[in-house]
Amino acid sequence: MSDKVLLKGTEACAMGAILAGCRHYFGYPITPQTEIPEYFAKYMPEAGGVFLQAESEIAAISMVYGAAATGRRTMTSSSGPGLSLKQETISTLSAAELPCLIVNVARGGPGLGCIQGAQSDYFQSVKGGGHGDYRLLTLAPNSVQEMMDLSILGFELADKYRNPVLILSDGVIGQMMEPVGIPEAVTFFPEKPWAATGAKGRGKNLINSLYLDAARCEEHNRHLQAKFARIAESELRYEEFDTEDAELVLVAYGISSRIALSVKNRARAEGLKVGLLRPITLWPFPSEALRKLADRVKGLLVVEQSAGQMVEDVRLAVCGRAPVAFHGRPGGVMIQMDDVQAKVRELLAGEA
Amino acid sequence: MMHEMIFAGFGGQGIMLMGQLLAQAGLEEGRHVSWIPSYGPEMRGGAANCSVVISDEVIGAPVVQKPQLALAMNLQSKERFEDMVAPGGRFIINGSLVPDPPRRSDIRNYVLPLSDLAVDELKSAKVLNMIALGAVFEATGAVSEESIHKAMDFMFGKKLARRPDLAALNRKAFQAGREALNKAARA
Amino acid sequence: MEEKLVFSRPEALVDMPTHYCPGCHHGIIHRLVAEVIDELKVRESTIGVASVGCSILAYDYFNLDMVGALHGRAPAVATGVKRSQPGSVVFTYQGDGDLAAIGTAEIIHAAGRGENITVLFINNAIYGMTGGQMAPTTLGGQRTQTSPAGRDPKLAGNPLRMSEIIAALSGPSYVTRTAVNKPARISQTRKAIKKAFELQLAGHGLGFVEVLSTCPTNWGLSPVEAGQWVDSHMIPYYPLGVFKEVEA
Repeated sequence: MSDKVLLKGTEACAMGAILAGCRHYFGYPITPQTEIPEYFAKYMPEAGGVFLQAESEIAAISMVYGAAATGRRTMTSSSGPGLSLKQETISTLSAAELPCLIVNVARGGPGLGCIQGAQSDYFQSVKGGGHGDYRLLTLAPNSVQEMMDLSILGFELADKYRNPVLILSDGVIGQMMEPVGIPEAVTFFPEKPWAATGAKGRGKNLINSLYLDAARCEEHNRHLQAKFARIAESELRYEEFDTEDAELVLVAYGISSRIALSVKNRARAEGLKVGLLRPITLWPFPSEALRKLADRVKGLLVVEQSAGQMVEDVRLAVCGRAPVAFHGRPGGVMIQMDDVQAKVRELLAGEA
Repeated sequence: MMHEMIFAGFGGQGIMLMGQLLAQAGLEEGRHVSWIPSYGPEMRGGAANCSVVISDEVIGAPVVQKPQLALAMNLQSKERFEDMVAPGGRFIINGSLVPDPPRRSDIRNYVLPLSDLAVDELKSAKVLNMIALGAVFEATGAVSEESIHKAMDFMFGKKLARRPDLAALNRKAFQAGREALNKAARA
Repeated sequence: MEEKLVFSRPEALVDMPTHYCPGCHHGIIHRLVAEVIDELKVRESTIGVASVGCSILAYDYFNLDMVGALHGRAPAVATGVKRSQPGSVVFTYQGDGDLAAIGTAEIIHAAGRGENITVLFINNAIYGMTGGQMAPTTLGGQRTQTSPAGRDPKLAGNPLRMSEIIAALSGPSYVTRTAVNKPARISQTRKAIKKAFELQLAGHGLGFVEVLSTCPTNWGLSPVEAGQWVDSHMIPYYPLGVFKEVEA
């Protein structure tokens, strides 16, 4: 008998949020993330919290902005097109230094695209989907367990740095069921003396992102950049499998990393020296680890459920030290393990 | 040991629940399991399928691309998944609804009258998925029978405590599915 | 002889000069809001939501906790604030471009839900902050930078009467349109704002106070002429009055 329970990725994410003390959820239905609002509609009242279905994605993230301004742990979730709508406020949350959690259960794009899982929102997530010089701490779960664990971690990091945190999941991780060990509920919550809760016994608090004076705007930007540098230094997360002696290293995150792990295992069974590097944070990105690997491997193969987005960051990190190949499928069609395996063989044969 | 399976049919045949039940049974044994629902373009079109993996090792890809066992509850599912079954694998076909004979000789085919068993013998279309589960169980041995019953108790315990007649019917259906597969295997 | 103080700054206002143009009514309306907050003794539990438009810097002028919202989003932001601080008093302060154009969905749905907040809608029939472009409330024939020959209803449609629209919904507790271009009307506006705050305190749901206001700079009129223009042009299209009021 196991003490784990079988949960869907979306459910695990929502349950993690409640364990993390989130009591204010605002969202709007869109496939394939709708189980998240449905979960909160059912369980938030039990937890003494607020679930509100907003009139739009824009209103939902604006409500998150309002709730975050009062210091509450709050979140929204959506998929591709909905995330595009939220971007102005996401930029503003970062500028106003408001912590919150945003979840993207990504689907195939561009446009309305399809409702199947995809990884083509990488650029939007880590390159600034909205305007201005800001960064989103971006977490990429690759299991249902991580949908829960990173949801909890996301709230803690958001509060720690006063910045929104994004979970970039996908329709497959969101819809699948796996056993999950449920951690204890979070009981420590940081003080938020900056929050707008009513100016009782103190001066007024202001939550804002406007700096009409360019010099003050620059100063604020420098403050934000210093914070982003601290995040980049302290919050990088990734894992490596069998890279010590690897001649070829697969690089993949989220659902693709699960496929890549299977391909790596098959290749090892064939006697091929293949490893895997899996970023858990997409920003900050494990550039240094990739650079070190590039110095000793014959090549890297980036595997993504997209036409090739993260591969650009891998190439930037590696900077010509080793060849970087790409295998992906856009538009929500699942990568075939056989195809990746064939590519692995081809790359290693080409080197021999 | 890793069991990779795909179950496919119409929405309403209880395919998704059956897959979850099998995954829960694997979990009852403390094994690694995953379940992924239909994610094809027909997600809203009435067809349903799910992939289940039960494994002694950590599961890499939860998406099953070469199942060792596939279950096709209707003709559309047979056409879609027949070629995917791994060589040497098993293919269970609901002969009640699928008129076409199996095409492949490199896999073991079991044409079982699953829907007829439900309606004619057990007098309940609702237990079709439990009959299918019995057949899948018998064909794979992916989990123990005890774990199946534990999973049933876990998933339907509350409901079935009030309806002991349904609990008995589920078990009867499960046994009927096992027997149907054995009968076909002997034939 | 004893000195008698007859005029002082409300505690809910910061002691600083505003950036508003001569003859602009924002200053009067800010003061009325602050007076009501002081009178109701709720300054320490009030959270104001400023919007985008000429009143964007309202967050500097009010001496209470303030949240600056993006363009049009104030009612949704206020919803998030109120839902997470139900014991607080929450108001939005929005202009016509903010509330009646880019933020139409947010105000309609906040009103539809009957969010327990107070909405102050300042309608001066023009975009002031960006330099005098056509607003959703710009009158037919009114010249602006983007309707240089006068607003042509065939091309640009007719202006929206927001109070009438909001009053048609079942959520709001109180909907009224007032003006501040005459002393008696200033007094009426103050009463209206107070009523809207009182209804919020009693939990009756969204109160909507539309205040007709001036923009002498972008109307191309003197402050005195602008005050007269409210009577001659705005009130005939935007009649003053109470459009909805629940029993308190």
